[in-house]
Amino acid sequence: MSSTGIQPPAGLQAPKTADAKIRATNLNFYYGNFHALHGISMEIYEKKVTAFIGPSGCGKSTFLRTLNRMNETVRGTRVEGTILLDGENIFDQEVSNLRRRVGMVFQRSNPFPKSIFDNVAYGLRINGMAGTRNELRDKVEHSLRRAALWEEVKDKLDQSAYGLSGGQQQRLCIARGLAVNPEVLLLDEPCSALDPIATAKIEDLIFQLKDSCTIVIVTHSMQQAARVADFTGFFLLGKLIEFDATTVIFKNPAKKETEDYITGRFG
Amino acid sequence: MTGSLLLWRRKAVNIAMLTVTGMCTVVAAGILIFILGYLFIHGAASLNWNFFTKLPTPVGETGGGMANAIVGSAKLLLIASFIGIPIGFLAGVYLSEFGEGVFAFAVRYVTDLLNGVPSIVMGIFAYTIIVLPQKHFSTWAGGIALGVMMIPIAVRSSEEFLRAVPKALREGSMALGASRAQAIFTVVIPAAKNGIITGVMLNIARVSGETAPLLFTSFSNRYWSEGLNQPTASLPVMIYTYAVAPYEDWHQQAWSAGFVLLTLVLGVNVFARLVLARNRHVAR
Repeated sequence: MSSTGIQPPAGLQAPKTADAKIRATNLNFYYGNFHALHGISMEIYEKKVTAFIGPSGCGKSTFLRTLNRMNETVRGTRVEGTILLDGENIFDQEVSNLRRRVGMVFQRSNPFPKSIFDNVAYGLRINGMAGTRNELRDKVEHSLRRAALWEEVKDKLDQSAYGLSGGQQQRLCIARGLAVNPEVLLLDEPCSALDPIATAKIEDLIFQLKDSCTIVIVTHSMQQAARVADFTGFFLLGKLIEFDATTVIFKNPAKKETEDYITGRFG
Repeated sequence: MTGSLLLWRRKAVNIAMLTVTGMCTVVAAGILIFILGYLFIHGAASLNWNFFTKLPTPVGETGGGMANAIVGSAKLLLIASFIGIPIGFLAGVYLSEFGEGVFAFAVRYVTDLLNGVPSIVMGIFAYTIIVLPQKHFSTWAGGIALGVMMIPIAVRSSEEFLRAVPKALREGSMALGASRAQAIFTVVIPAAKNGIITGVMLNIARVSGETAPLLFTSFSNRYWSEGLNQPTASLPVMIYTYAVAPYEDWHQQAWSAGFVLLTLVLGVNVFARLVLARNRHVAR
């Protein structure tokens, strides 16, 4: 792809079209001696969908998992730099509260071995947000509706979540995450284990959710990034190579590595 | 031809190995079936309602039962469970969730060592620290001896079942703002619940047949044992006492006691397996 016309804003500064919800500055991350993330600086814009793409092992999931400090549960890891959420450093915050505000959905759906209702109610209960029995019911219903799952499960809320299909389980995990009203939702390859129809449902959901939530999605599928994301970051070998509006990344990337990856020359 | 010779040799080795392994299997299973059958024939024959409701009769008098031994065994197992299960379970939680480094290695090693300690040594231990200072046998002493015996298996089985809970569930819980402890108590332990309960039941079943630790701790008793401070009869010790006594009707009662004990253990085992099987089915 040869670039024609106006040169887009290149490199790490994406056009400022929205307020930054998250601002990472010079973030380095280590697994033991392995330097996994090299000086990542980027802004994630409020109520937009930001996608991270890149080959396996490039650090995109690692970076995602630093945004809610999930990597701290892995032993022998170390992080340097700052990540500001609404201007406050997340590493200075109480981690439970941070994770309530920054929800996460994992690659493999991981519903708890509980009923559908209890899965969604879980976050509300542990965060003391359950309220009365009726309030809890309403919140669970609201979350399931937001995750476009209510109609499918409303008659079997007390059944085990394991009885649901893979796609339904993943939407249940999204509903579970939404129940505690997160401001940011991190999606770590949420569709990699799903069939195309279930994937389409999740993508529809992402469109609807971005009105109320800032969404960050890691994906192996460039088509998915192109479909759902407003902004896309390309990671390679632990570095953020390029970050820009999705249309720019896919139509007119500034860096050669990005173009090679997008056009399928490697990775 | 070398080809056909090779083929012949293969077949011969195959047949020989099949015969040897098959025979060993038959012997192994045969002994078990023989014991069970023998116990059933002798035990069930002389088993009657009195066995469960009456006290042992004085020497020379026929009839009577082992009601006190059944209750005694129940009391011993209750004490043992209250000691062995909470300690073992919580230590298992620690090892599974926080157990890394030298300390955890040492704990695991010592636990395995404790598991290998002969049961009579456990009896001596309880005898030394409880019976000798108190200067009398007691249900407490027997229960504590059995309880200490339960700890190692409780630790390791709890740890195994907790470890088997996928990391994804812990992460899912913590990603919603749960603390480590909340994740453990609200997600990990409930997920491992069936396995842990199974381990507990098998543990109780195993320890319920222990005789040696009871011989000089809870001792025995021909009458009802009141409270927990008196010596008490128990099924394994009664079996021992009755089996070596020179009276034919005592032998019969020993068989009955053995049969009852075996049935209880078998019942608990089968139930535990069923629970575990259901667990696997649900967790897929």
